[in-house]
Amino acid sequence: MSVTPPASHTSPPSGSAFILKKALISALVALVLFSLMIGIRTEAGNQGGLIYWTRFGDLATMVGLVFGGSIIVELLRQWFGPVDTDRIVPKPVRRAMSFAGGLVAPALLVFALFVPVIFYDQRYILDLAILVLTYVMLGWGLNVVVGLAGLLDLGYVAFYAVGAYSYALLATDFGLSFWVCLPLAGILAACWGVLLGFPVLRLRGDYLAIVTLAFGEIIRLVITNWQSLTGGPNGVSGIPRPTLFGIPLDNSDDGLAAKLGIEFSPTHRLVFLFYLILAMALLTNWVTIRLRRLPIGRAWEALREDEVACRALGINTTTTKLTAFATGAMFGGLAGAFFATRQGFISPESFTFQESALVLAIVVLGGMGSQLGVALAAVAMIGGFELFRGFDQYRMLVFGIAMVLLMIWRPRGLVGHRAPTVYLERSQAISSDLVKEGHG
Amino acid sequence: MDYFAQQLINGLVLGSIYGLIAIGYTMVYGIVGMINFAHGDIFMIGGFIALISFLILVSLGLTAIPVILLIVLLVSMAITALYGWTIERIAYRPLRHSFRLAPMLSAIGMSFILSNFSQVSQGARVKPVPPIITGGYTLHQGAGGFAVQLSNVQIVVVVSTVVLLAMFTWLVSRTRLGRDMRACEQDQTMASLLGVDVDRTISMTFVIGAALAAVAGMMYLLYYGLVDFFMGFVAGIKAFTAAVLGGIGSLPGAMLGGLAIGLIETFWSAYFSVEYKDVAAFSILIVVLIFMPTGLLGRPEVEKV
Amino acid sequence: MSDAPILTVEHLMMRFGGIVAVNDLSFTAERRKITALIGPNGAGKTTVFNCITGFYRPSGGAIRLNRDDGRTIQLERLNDFRIAKQANVARTFQNIRLFPGMTALENLMVAQHNALMRASGLTLLGLLGVPSWRSAERSAIELARTWLKRIGLLERADDAAGNLPYGDQRRLEIARAMCTEPTLLCLDEPAAGLNARESGALNELLLSIRAEQGTSILLIEHDMSVVMEISDHVVVMDYGVKIAEGAPQAVRDDPKVIAAYLGADEEEAIAVMEKAN
Repeated sequence: MSVTPPASHTSPPSGSAFILKKALISALVALVLFSLMIGIRTEAGNQGGLIYWTRFGDLATMVGLVFGGSIIVELLRQWFGPVDTDRIVPKPVRRAMSFAGGLVAPALLVFALFVPVIFYDQRYILDLAILVLTYVMLGWGLNVVVGLAGLLDLGYVAFYAVGAYSYALLATDFGLSFWVCLPLAGILAACWGVLLGFPVLRLRGDYLAIVTLAFGEIIRLVITNWQSLTGGPNGVSGIPRPTLFGIPLDNSDDGLAAKLGIEFSPTHRLVFLFYLILAMALLTNWVTIRLRRLPIGRAWEALREDEVACRALGINTTTTKLTAFATGAMFGGLAGAFFATRQGFISPESFTFQESALVLAIVVLGGMGSQLGVALAAVAMIGGFELFRGFDQYRMLVFGIAMVLLMIWRPRGLVGHRAPTVYLERSQAISSDLVKEGHG
Repeated sequence: MDYFAQQLINGLVLGSIYGLIAIGYTMVYGIVGMINFAHGDIFMIGGFIALISFLILVSLGLTAIPVILLIVLLVSMAITALYGWTIERIAYRPLRHSFRLAPMLSAIGMSFILSNFSQVSQGARVKPVPPIITGGYTLHQGAGGFAVQLSNVQIVVVVSTVVLLAMFTWLVSRTRLGRDMRACEQDQTMASLLGVDVDRTISMTFVIGAALAAVAGMMYLLYYGLVDFFMGFVAGIKAFTAAVLGGIGSLPGAMLGGLAIGLIETFWSAYFSVEYKDVAAFSILIVVLIFMPTGLLGRPEVEKV
Repeated sequence: MSDAPILTVEHLMMRFGGIVAVNDLSFTAERRKITALIGPNGAGKTTVFNCITGFYRPSGGAIRLNRDDGRTIQLERLNDFRIAKQANVARTFQNIRLFPGMTALENLMVAQHNALMRASGLTLLGLLGVPSWRSAERSAIELARTWLKRIGLLERADDAAGNLPYGDQRRLEIARAMCTEPTLLCLDEPAAGLNARESGALNELLLSIRAEQGTSILLIEHDMSVVMEISDHVVVMDYGVKIAEGAPQAVRDDPKVIAAYLGADEEEAIAVMEKAN
């Protein structure tokens, strides 16, 4: 006979007195927490000492905001019910929504193809689009590791860095062309993934996460300090721009513009870069979708679901994890190579833990394993980041808040289901509640 | 030989600070099975609170150093403990039954919130303070002019650490709370059925961990004379390494690990290279987790199939 | 095809720290027969299973598997997935370990991973869509389909395994194990939680597996109706040691066995039995 925990005898309390009391407590806590950090502002003084001034107005504002926000949150909570009850959506509405959902991907693809046409002269938008697509590719790459195989990788930026620096050094030191360096960078990153993965992949969950984080940091520190190889904090500059199979995209006489007989414009290079990253991202997507249907991809997902069962079925989980890791690393490395050639200059500052966290957030927000979800999440995140341009300090703060809120409200991400890779009659989406998350 | 002795002293002092932070990591991991990524930033917040309280007290006219230090200690422990409590309530408790990745990502988000909160609210520049505790003792005057010195600050750090460790060990082994904590570590469901308030016990674990981290922050401030908003990240990883090295879930292990990491880091920068000292610490983490995942004093786990 | 026993366990010992979970256990499982491993809770049965299937490394003793081609494999030295892969030993788990977020069909496809990996040329041929890969995939789906039909889940092939009712999940796990085409099938409490009708269906399934596939079966079970109905040979454990072995009827009447289950002394059990006669 099983023992069930005692059921609660009281329903969750409600009423304005309760809300008020809760808000008051929250405000009091906020007052204490913020009293010194916001109420007092310190700064290194001109004489080398430390000066400070008070900001009681700001403190009062923050406490007031917490008070008001607490009331609002309580009201919302009583309105909508507990966080994890789904609202009953009638079936025809749900079916219409899934039909519309099936259209999103192709529509997005068509839109992406025409972005340079639509926004031809708006460099800012093209730049942003290129940035978004870079992160989409990174997201799809990490998705293989975290979303499909369920391995918690907090150091994905390491492969991004390896790809970027390999490309940069191969291109500047050996003068190899873009089309040679690119696959080489990918292969080097994949090798690095195998090297890294081999000793650590038997670790579980949180341990794997922190070890990968440590690896990411080690890479960054080595890059920063190995001046002779990587240029240290100054990075590598003068990285050659990509060519269209040898034809440069500048305004020289054997440039593409001259060849095509059209007037040169710097936008040409941007457009080329855009289609380049789009092609690379789509390649990542295509390979991932194919691999999902092959035994290796299915083994990745089975690994995520239950590693012990996989081993009982004769699957070598170590090599399976390694292939996932290496594949994700390869895509990260390719994206890094693209990043290097797009910027023309790379430095260790671009490869911090924050990047890893950002890509991971994209994958989790997207609903792990879902290609479309990850793409949408990348658009949302990077687009959101752009909105904060000029408020750099607040950007990461909002990002942190967004991550916490996301985990509390919708930990399964935007796309709440998984599509099976083989079916007899019909492909039924499996709700995310059934799909296991990774344990490492 | 004198140089070695000096590094030994320095390493032990640094190690005490790491040990205090490591205890927080190991306690939380033992009781809820998660790595509190935000714990390093709690340490940083503790340092900031200590800094600001110190400033206020000095400007209010207080001059008696021991009194100031005591007040700063209590204030920073109290406020930082409240930070720890709030974080657990907001970011971790709702996710206790969620899937594995959720509390970890929430913790990472919390870490960003804390470090950027202090950056936004106090500015990005490093905050230096003039030495608060000065003076010391020359232990040994070497032949080549090098003197092995033990500063008062170092004494304060080590003594505080020892006192706190003793108090804390007493708490865990003798009090009701300590017993509850150990029960929850073993079997939460059973503990709750026996009347242990699991929520409160877990909250207290975070609170105590945060308080110890606050002490570490204050010690850091006294010892190094500065705080900055990014110091939590690296210190956090090193302290976690210490916790793992000592055996995750083991309190004496956390302190032992902390001392070990402090010594290793100090000796590495003294004899090899300063730039790569962080790499040394991170590499230890990887090596320990690969070859000795239960650490020095931990218990081996057998997975039930 | 040899007639040697499929599995020989000799002086198996398993220690966890100071606790001896399995102590000097020896028994054989005959080929193409159903052998049951029974005993009160905590007797060490699942530990024995975990040793045989490689999830624990035994502290002592030997486990020998005799393959159809005459070769023997020492299982005590291999780890879990190698035993499954090389020795063709498949198992199910006490607490059902399906892949809940995958469909029933996908579960059975994962079971055929090794064969499919070979056919896909380590993925390369699969990526290219080569015809030999496609036909290999088709036959894998066919095998899955026949098993789904056999356990009566063909209509639910595309449903998530986590959504299936408990009894269906148990049978699906067995079908998944059979899709690896094993010579020895180890079942850990396959009838746990099944009602009378479902355990009857289970008996039929296991008997048909023995008859049609010729698979030898080793099962841990508490449900005596299953044990008595289908097993050819029974091994009884208590506190980590074997206390009886033989045909089901003989074991059932063995006073030592009765004593173990009742938690009573052997003398008491004999006294009660004599009084009953």
